[in-house]
Amino acid sequence: MSVWRAIAAAALVAAAPALAGEIPPDARRSGYSFMGPDTRAMQDDDTSNPGMLFVLDGEQLWGKKTGSAEKACADCHGDARSSMKGVAARYPAFDKTLGRPVTLDQRINLCRANHQKAAPLPYESRDLLALSAFVAHQSRGAAITAGDDPQAKPFVEQGRDLFMQREGQLNLACTNCHDDNFDKRLAGAPITQGQPTGYPLYRLEWQTLGSLERRLRSCMSGVRAQAYDYGSPELVALELYLMSRARGLPMETPAVRP
Amino acid sequence: MPTKADELAPYKVVGDGIPQSLTGSPGDVTRGRALVLARTTTCILCHSGPFPETRFQGDLAPDLTGAGNRWTTSQLRLRLVDASRFNAETIMPSYYRADGLARVGRNFAGKPILSAAEIEDIVAFLATLRD
Ligand code: HEC
Ligand code: HEC
Repeated sequence: MSVWRAIAAAALVAAAPALAGEIPPDARRSGYSFMGPDTRAMQDDDTSNPGMLFVLDGEQLWGKKTGSAEKACADCHGDARSSMKGVAARYPAFDKTLGRPVTLDQRINLCRANHQKAAPLPYESRDLLALSAFVAHQSRGAAITAGDDPQAKPFVEQGRDLFMQREGQLNLACTNCHDDNFDKRLAGAPITQGQPTGYPLYRLEWQTLGSLERRLRSCMSGVRAQAYDYGSPELVALELYLMSRARGLPMETPAVRP
Repeated sequence: MPTKADELAPYKVVGDGIPQSLTGSPGDVTRGRALVLARTTTCILCHSGPFPETRFQGDLAPDLTGAGNRWTTSQLRLRLVDASRFNAETIMPSYYRADGLARVGRNFAGKPILSAAEIEDIVAFLATLRD
């Protein structure tokens, strides 16, 4: 075989769509683009989006003094419309004191512990969801940049490995559905790219707001794997990888999903 | 987690199939059809087939219509027991295997997805799928 043919063949291989692999930036699509017109309309109109009720609750909590320090979030951060703008698009973010990334939920509880001297809010509690929905709502439309921090890189890698690893009795990895089979149907329902753009979000199936971690845990139970605990390093790493994989997509909180 | 893989009935792979029934007797076609359609068996999460009564079918995998023409009973049995023998990268789970898996949920650990009798019922049904 001539050198030129060998090069041409190598180029062909390189150009062929990879079987298992990451979604190129210009092909990344939010779960929104996979939904029917009714669900889209529900998300688009703040008066019909059930997630907005949580955002309003969160606004109340933002201004409410709590804990033995008798301080509200607003006492330190002022008007969230300016101070929290774009913040959720950077989370999970590397925390220098802890030496690891923390999620927005964990940041809220760190503020409660360190600055408000208040007890942590349990995962998936109404107050924690309301506060994180209110904070993340201030980033609606902002492009996701989480994972850009060089110190976060090893954790992004850890999350990527978890995303690629098969698990559970059904022996499936996240990548098998969300990289290789999006746009197809699982038992008649569309599979999306699993983008984390809208959390916390209102799921019609849950009839309530839920966190990204809740969603990841239900995908894990779906493949009959042992789901990682809320706040575990593995879930944080997966969340960070998903956000870096969604780099550039706009935040939608609070999104609506079927 | 202890795996109880030794509780699986022994079987012998010959060529690209398992010629002998896992239970020693033939499966039941009617039960097999019901099993393929059952959500918990997971087949129609990925596959579609000649099942006019349900809309909830997947398209991650080939339509099962005509599977009985394309494959022998022996091949179908091995496909269900361990589909990775046909394609090492396949996403189709191995239905009769209980080890070599990561982080299996507590309720499922050490057990195959389907019992030997369920595999035989499904194999019997798939063999009837002829165009
Ligand atoms: C067997 C297929 C399958 C596997 C494996 C799987 N998921 Fe999912 N996932 C789904 C389906 C179906 C949905 C609901 C529809 C949708 O959003 O894709 C979903 C939803 C999601 C969503 C929500 C997307 C949105 O728009 O809100 C995220 C994020 C996600 N999955 C991440 C993961 C991660 C991380 C893993 C691995 C731990 C994983 N999934 C494993 C099928 C799967
Ligand atoms: C997670 C996805 C998935 C599930 C669940 C699944 N399969 Fe499959 N199956 C596949 C894929 C993909 C193929 C194509 C060949 C390959 O990649 O192994 C296949 C191939 C087959 C074939 C050969 C198809 C042909 O005619 O060429 C049969 C028969 C089959 N599956 C039956 C079943 C049955 C019965 C079940 C349930 C007990 C099942 N499958 C569950 C993904 C799946």
